[in-house]
Amino acid sequence: MYLRSPARASTVLSPMLIGAGALALLASALIAFIFFVVLGEAMAALGEIGLWRFLTDASWHPSSGEFNLLPMVAGTGLVAAGAMVLAMPLGLIAAVFVTFYAPSPVATAYLRLIELFAGIPSVLYGLWGLVVLVPIIADLAAPGSSLLAASLVLALMVLPTIALIATMSVRSVPLERIQAARALGFTKASTMVKIVIPSARKGLAVAAILGAGRAVGETMAVMMVAGNIVQVPESIFEPVRTLSANIALEIAYAMDVHRSALFVSALVMIAFVVLATALLEFVTNKQAMPDVHPD
Amino acid sequence: MPGKDLESEIRHGHHGGNVMTVAQPCIEPAAHREPERHLWCISDLTVSYGEVIALSSVSLNIKENSVTAVIGPSGCGKSSLLCCLNRLTDFIPGCCVSGRILMHSKDILGGQIDDTRLRKQVGLIFQKPNPFPLSIRRNFELPLREHGIRDRQEIEHIMQSTLEATGLWKEVKDRLNKPAHQLSGGQQQRLCIARALSLRPDALLMDEPCSALDPISSGQVEELVLSLRERYTIVIVTHNLSQARRLGTDVALFWLRDGKGTLVESGPASQVFEAPRDDLTKLYLRGAIA
Repeated sequence: MYLRSPARASTVLSPMLIGAGALALLASALIAFIFFVVLGEAMAALGEIGLWRFLTDASWHPSSGEFNLLPMVAGTGLVAAGAMVLAMPLGLIAAVFVTFYAPSPVATAYLRLIELFAGIPSVLYGLWGLVVLVPIIADLAAPGSSLLAASLVLALMVLPTIALIATMSVRSVPLERIQAARALGFTKASTMVKIVIPSARKGLAVAAILGAGRAVGETMAVMMVAGNIVQVPESIFEPVRTLSANIALEIAYAMDVHRSALFVSALVMIAFVVLATALLEFVTNKQAMPDVHPD
Repeated sequence: MPGKDLESEIRHGHHGGNVMTVAQPCIEPAAHREPERHLWCISDLTVSYGEVIALSSVSLNIKENSVTAVIGPSGCGKSSLLCCLNRLTDFIPGCCVSGRILMHSKDILGGQIDDTRLRKQVGLIFQKPNPFPLSIRRNFELPLREHGIRDRQEIEHIMQSTLEATGLWKEVKDRLNKPAHQLSGGQQQRLCIARALSLRPDALLMDEPCSALDPISSGQVEELVLSLRERYTIVIVTHNLSQARRLGTDVALFWLRDGKGTLVESGPASQVFEAPRDDLTKLYLRGAIA
């Protein structure tokens, strides 16, 4: 009798289970399909040019047979890193503010606003960056279209994602833990810094990595303000080209090896994302609260 | 009552912090004239959560260096009373407190009180043990550092002496760097008591500290409370009458009357248990009502 009821329950659920399973299979098959298409398209370039030359060629001039991707890898990494350095603290502060400081109507309005920001099409962010941000930066140091402009626009774009996930994770810190700290005479500020934020670490890591994933992949807004010159920038005021912008700019006319080399760009982006996901796994498998012994 | 107006103004901060809380001597009950000192003199304390009145005009004095057992059925405001004594009520949304609680002749409900310092002076032990999810050592380090003690040797010393005082030292001295959550429930509760004691408080508030523990761990916590009662003022909320008898030097019985928590009777344990004045107390102690 005891064994029977779960068995029967699963029979009742089985059409749903089959449906859900099929959908899950379809989704993962699609992802695998996309990956293999990219890999397949990239194989020609990898075979003909070889992996090594993507790192050692003089520059990226596909028409003259130069295929160095490093400037674009640097561009993507720097733009995304800059965006994260700006957006992460802001997102964290927003989460703590909304959860522990703001009166509830303010908090609700703030969250709605952030959700709205998340829904704005990226081209609008790009347009705003182009007409507002780029001229301001150009006043500081020409030409304006730069690593800094791209990072700033991207920071605004990933901020909603980070703030929303950070808010969820800060909210899920157990109340008893906060009460324990307050009952021990912790001030509100140090309860935040010493208890709440370390306790929400996993969720904050998820926020950071999802934000970084979006930052790496974002194309349109970045392309509009980054300047798109192929170079490893020497300052934040210099133009950069990202991997995603590289694909979008050249795919329309690229042929043969050049076209295939763009798929190598895409593979590198996939590698970025896989790296971020692996990092996520690594971070979330650790203890919920860090236990460091300062000397 | 003019005094009350002044008081509520102080609490709501209309005077911009210029008005000092007036120190008033505790009014001792006429029955005992011996030089007993009271840590808290509570008068006319009312606690409400929105529409619900959890405690209605409670007046009660709590003796220094004694164990006051607070008993009564669920929902009669016992825990609310505890939360007032260290102002944890500040963090409960919609909670409104009125009345006066004098501690060392200062109104702790007034705006001039440094509430973080108050909470350092008055430790609170929760029903469910709540050590931080850190190592045993860090559970001491974090609060001590918060209160300005940074010297590692001093921290070690305080940790060891409070763990010894709570009888936990022998059990944990080889695993101080292990997570506190690996300890048993009883050990965790004693760790929380030790953590509260490490801040050198005057008083400990305990909110049914044994109700989540097995009988043996419960017994250990009770022994600990007995060993501490010479040096600390302890207020313990309990549902367990025999525990109140074993631990309490004083007893306060609360009851829910017309949906409001009220104080029925208070006094030395011997008097309340042996010769209760109120009929309700008699019935409750006999187990006729619960």
